[in-house]
Amino acid sequence: MNGRLLWWPGLLWLLLFFAIPVTIIALISLAHRAPDGVIRWGFTLENYLRLVEPLYWAGPFVNSLLLAVLTTGLCLVLGYPVAYSLARQPRAVKNLLLFLVILPFFTNFLVRIYAWFIVLRPEGWLSEALRALGVDLVFLGSPVGVLIGLVYGYLPFMILPLYASLERLDFSLVEAAHDLGATRWQSFWRVIFPLSRSGVIAGSVLVFIPVLGEFITPKLLGGGKVPMFGVLIEEKFLGRVPDWPLGAAMALALMGLVSLVLIRSFRYIKESRWVG
Amino acid sequence: MGRLRRGLDALIGSMLVLDTVLVYIFLYLPIGVLILYSFSASRYALVWGGFSLEAYRRLFTDRDVALALLNSVIVASASTALATLLGTMLALALERTRIRFQQGIEVLAYLPIVIPEIVMAVGLLLFFAQVLRPVFGAVSPMLTVLIGHVTFSVSYVMVVVRARLRDLDRSLEEAALDLGATPWQVLRKVTLPLLTPAIMSGALLAFTLSLDDFYVTYFSTTGGSGFKTLPLYLYALQWRAAVPPHVNALASLMLLASLALIALALLMQRKAQLSR
Repeated sequence: MNGRLLWWPGLLWLLLFFAIPVTIIALISLAHRAPDGVIRWGFTLENYLRLVEPLYWAGPFVNSLLLAVLTTGLCLVLGYPVAYSLARQPRAVKNLLLFLVILPFFTNFLVRIYAWFIVLRPEGWLSEALRALGVDLVFLGSPVGVLIGLVYGYLPFMILPLYASLERLDFSLVEAAHDLGATRWQSFWRVIFPLSRSGVIAGSVLVFIPVLGEFITPKLLGGGKVPMFGVLIEEKFLGRVPDWPLGAAMALALMGLVSLVLIRSFRYIKESRWVG
Repeated sequence: MGRLRRGLDALIGSMLVLDTVLVYIFLYLPIGVLILYSFSASRYALVWGGFSLEAYRRLFTDRDVALALLNSVIVASASTALATLLGTMLALALERTRIRFQQGIEVLAYLPIVIPEIVMAVGLLLFFAQVLRPVFGAVSPMLTVLIGHVTFSVSYVMVVVRARLRDLDRSLEEAALDLGATPWQVLRKVTLPLLTPAIMSGALLAFTLSLDDFYVTYFSTTGGSGFKTLPLYLYALQWRAAVPPHVNALASLMLLASLALIALALLMQRKAQLSR
């Protein structure tokens, strides 16, 4: 068959609407900010230098990283026991339970966040119940609400690779450890957990990366009071005081960070058979 | 010691079950609450006011919702058709032909899946503002959204089709060639029929992604043109106490629609497995 005919349409599309746009981001990140916020072409590193200025950058940067780390950690702690329980079920039950984990994740992201908005609002029954118990927690407009939304949105990304690696685990090794006198705690930390390492790493990466660039969850559940990378990037392009060059530098910095994480962990993601 | 150890083991075991049950409650709680509230008689979306179908009645007479739904369906259908065509061609090209810079092209074809979606969205915004508009003048927002959706869908279709292509028995195609078929005939009469289930699931994935998309759509319409898909409509509602109640009904129906799509996907997969 004629190879060229097969190549060109898709390749041309990706070059035009993907490669060129990313190149434009790179070019604009090196330009100056014009008085109207848009671009004065040029070659400067000032946008990148502003990214490392501690005063400007410290708040959102630390916030984003902290929330991404917390989300990943919570997903791991909540998801590991689920993945483990699933892996030990008989086949039919396994598939059904796994399906139930993935199901909510197929529904629209905004719909899911909106659903949490109903649950978490201050007059909602959850807040009322907590207040009755003497806990006065404000969810909306605070990092707690954002964290709940993020964990909810990305938990399946953690459970699936964990399950994939635990499902292949040879549980006779665990029995052997028990026979040799290991407690469950010991057999977990010395046998099960090390053997599921690829799943842990793959899951963590698959949660950590998208959370770093998140914009909807912090914006809608955080009410704009919880700045994260994604929120900042959006503000620089579509906010009241636009600054395209700085926004472009932020987007590229995010992409660089993500590439770094991906390159370091690609082996494990592949091992957990969750890609390709 | 033995008793302590057994006690600890039992504790770990019950924690495992407890965590699993809690995670499932966590996954389905907001969905349940949302659906429940869609049947509320209150004038406000966030207040429970007794059972009623009023919200659904209002939803079906709301012009903005109908328009957003129409936009969503048009964009999803068109982008799915185009992305399926381009993605399938790319998959065939990557698996069955060789050209120069093959590796580079391969990376380019996978990148839209890997990079944070907000980076791609920013790239498209800049491309439309810096290249498309200066060259072609005003471009309809539906067209820019369509371009964006095709761009991220192509890669997903390509991955799905390519995976199937790799598992395909090459000898069938070779036999056809030996029997005197032209490469074009082999493609049409042997390869494509075998690929149909994969192409269909790729298309379904593209359709779902398009209906669900927020970031690319939002940036492709520069945040605030009049053009709205369903997710943009939901986002633009300014979530406060006075969200109109038909939003609950809309969100519930969007949820049901996604569930129907998954059911369809599963059914198709089942059929494909049976026909193998």
